Amino acid sequence: MVEPILVWRRLVGAQIRSQLQYRASFTLDVLGSFWISFVDFLVVLTIFHNVSRLNTWTVHEVALLYALSSITFAVTDLLIGHLDQFPQKIRDGSFDVVLVRPRGTLFQIVASDFATRRAAKALQGGIVLVYALGGVTIHWNVWRVLVLLASLPSAVVIFASVWVMGACIAFWTTDGGEFTNAFTYGGTSMAQYPFDVYARWLRRFLGYFVPLAFVCYFPVLYVLGKRDPLGLPRVLDFASPAVALAAACVAGSVWRFAVRHYRSAGG
Amino acid sequence: MIEVEQLSKRFVVRRGRFRRERHVVQAVDGISFRVERGELLGYLGPNGAGKSTTIKMLTGILVPSAGRVSVAGLDPSRRRLELARRIGAMFGQRVQLWWDLPLLDSFELLRHVYKVPTDRYRTNLARFREVLELDPFIQTPVRQLSLGQRIRGELTAAMLHGPELLFLDEPTIGLDVVAKQRVREFLVEINRRDGVTVMLTTHDLGDIERLCDRLLVIDHGSLIWDGAIDQLKERYGEERTLIVDLEEPAAPLAVDGARVERVDGPRQWLRFRGSASELASRVAAATRIVDLQVQEPDIEEIVRRIYSQGV
Amino acid sequence: MRLDWEIAKRGWRRYAAYPWATAAGVFTNTIFGLLQAYILIAVYRHRTNVGGFDAADAVTYVWLAQSMIMTVYVFGWWELALRIRDGSIATDLLRPLDPQRYWLAYDLGRAPYHFLFRGLPPFALGALIFRLHFPSPLDALAFLLSLVLAVLVSFGFRFIYNSAAFWLIDVRGVITLATTIVVFFSGMAIPLRFFPHVLREVCYALPFGSIIQTPVDVWLGKREGFALVGVLALQAAWALALLGLGRLVLRGATRKLVVQGG
Repeated sequence: MVEPILVWRRLVGAQIRSQLQYRASFTLDVLGSFWISFVDFLVVLTIFHNVSRLNTWTVHEVALLYALSSITFAVTDLLIGHLDQFPQKIRDGSFDVVLVRPRGTLFQIVASDFATRRAAKALQGGIVLVYALGGVTIHWNVWRVLVLLASLPSAVVIFASVWVMGACIAFWTTDGGEFTNAFTYGGTSMAQYPFDVYARWLRRFLGYFVPLAFVCYFPVLYVLGKRDPLGLPRVLDFASPAVALAAACVAGSVWRFAVRHYRSAGG
Repeated sequence: MIEVEQLSKRFVVRRGRFRRERHVVQAVDGISFRVERGELLGYLGPNGAGKSTTIKMLTGILVPSAGRVSVAGLDPSRRRLELARRIGAMFGQRVQLWWDLPLLDSFELLRHVYKVPTDRYRTNLARFREVLELDPFIQTPVRQLSLGQRIRGELTAAMLHGPELLFLDEPTIGLDVVAKQRVREFLVEINRRDGVTVMLTTHDLGDIERLCDRLLVIDHGSLIWDGAIDQLKERYGEERTLIVDLEEPAAPLAVDGARVERVDGPRQWLRFRGSASELASRVAAATRIVDLQVQEPDIEEIVRRIYSQGV
Repeated sequence: MRLDWEIAKRGWRRYAAYPWATAAGVFTNTIFGLLQAYILIAVYRHRTNVGGFDAADAVTYVWLAQSMIMTVYVFGWWELALRIRDGSIATDLLRPLDPQRYWLAYDLGRAPYHFLFRGLPPFALGALIFRLHFPSPLDALAFLLSLVLAVLVSFGFRFIYNSAAFWLIDVRGVITLATTIVVFFSGMAIPLRFFPHVLREVCYALPFGSIIQTPVDVWLGKREGFALVGVLALQAAWALALLGLGRLVLRGATRKLVVQGG
């Protein structure tokens, strides 16, 4: 169990060392990553330049949603963002190399890259988080702390599960990679805003079926002690870890099924 | 080491853009062969013949449609992880090293992936560094290496964990003469000295001539030759060429048992079967010769003939 | 002229060859359109008019913008940078064919494909779900003209930032930053009309406003008479300016290559 983590850590160390060597391009990369994600928050600020509330949400409350969605997505992106290039790996046959090595396929794909520059996205999320916490009043108690802390890894797992399932499309068609973007990048965009702005059918599809509502909407409702505009059962506030676990199981099965297909249908 | 019995692989290929029509392709059709430990064999075939598909089934990448395959006593498609520790594979056109990292970092990572004991890793690495002369570029990121350097790195990567069996898919493709020579020497060394069984697919006939004791030829999914190279030459290399230099240009010679293929001034190329000395004396009796040479059939010609004629 | 047509066909074909990619792209555009539409609708619960847009305008804007993304190619375009990076640009420069003209012809072949296959489908879907504003015939024609000009302005900008590859080894950061600038200041991320007044005017004056916001304004009938002529003229002016700047950059790059070597 510990062993794969040691291998992965070696990769991370090696990548960081290698990427820091080219300081000029690394700096530009980091700036680029920072700004392209921060633009989304500038959009939030622009909206609140024109209105004081979005439904029942203030700018700081939305900022909190934004920050949590953004930070957890950035972490996922840092860990497995390179799955976006997975169709290319299938196309040029590099996946076969993975099958010849004595390790699990998904582990090898995850451990194949680590793009340090993506950490900049988490940084901008952090800045927004500070801004958000400065404007909301939270009555902290043990439960609120637990729910918030539990929501972070859960969000990462949920995003990761969606990403992995999306990557599996590459086993059937290498041109369809963009479908995944709708759920990964679309997913984080969706989670940055209060869930109740979206129409019911969209909430059902992108909030429950693809369980993005559990990334931060429910935990934040609980932490803020806010009344749910949708009037949903309160137990959902605590469901993030369970949903994450379920999502991970589904993603793992889909991946295994996809690899099995690849191995019988040919590379 | 390898046992293959009636191995088959069928693919369903879909042509067209959106609405795709089904099309069954029999990539490998009931092939059988055995490979003993320590052999160095070549696997030839025209493009699309089924070479890569066979290798993929032997390494566990692909699951066979029918037949039995056993590599190092294991069923590759079922015991992939176990088998992976004992084999090495190098695909000439695909990169298995980490693109942005220095070569040495890739080796270190592979050490952990394969769980190679430290001292064995050090010994192997030191040896390959010397034999393949890796030191000048071992700290360079893989993406900046020349093809020849990268191939040498890939070979090392494939052998670091000390596999018993090595699969190579077009290892010398695109390399210059010097680099090819280095690779070939390396393969001969690991085969003779360490007893590593080597199976390589190649289009390079130089590889075959210089490396392989035994040759398997596959075409349209079936094995059309399985045997030693000398036997191949004997069977198919029936016709040889006698190059005769006459005293002065003359009309094409009419000699029993030979057919003139080409005339260029005083030189004539005669194709014949059987004894070269007999033909030479017949030619000498017919006209005045200045010089003559016998040209052995080359593999290229033989293989081409096999491809076009079948067995 | 004949050559330009052949190059344009190549541009079309390069993107038409991957129908699944196009389909996937349409799906993504639709999802993002839906998200943005609902967010803006929520804004209009509190106000009836923002910077000249009412709710119907805003929702129409969303679907126009999503439809225009690929036609105008807002997000990072790499093709030229890749060619420069792998050195094939050297052979291009040796040929009696002007690289900027080549890539312009190529882009003008690509844009119609994206207009038809990445532009119309999301807009049609948006029109099914929401009530969108449709322009008068004159405005529709003006919109098409504005769209063509927007493609030119966008191309001019893309040509310049791709040329950074002549000087920098790793252009990824530059391209990301350039994309960010276009996305934000063109009105792609949010209508320029939502910006504070001063910023809004600056963006309109810059070439970026001409890439997304101006065509949208024209469609929505926000620019009539002299104002319409004015914005179209500004688009044309920026197109010429950026293309001209691109030529200068190209000359500098050619000189660098000849002197220093790839």
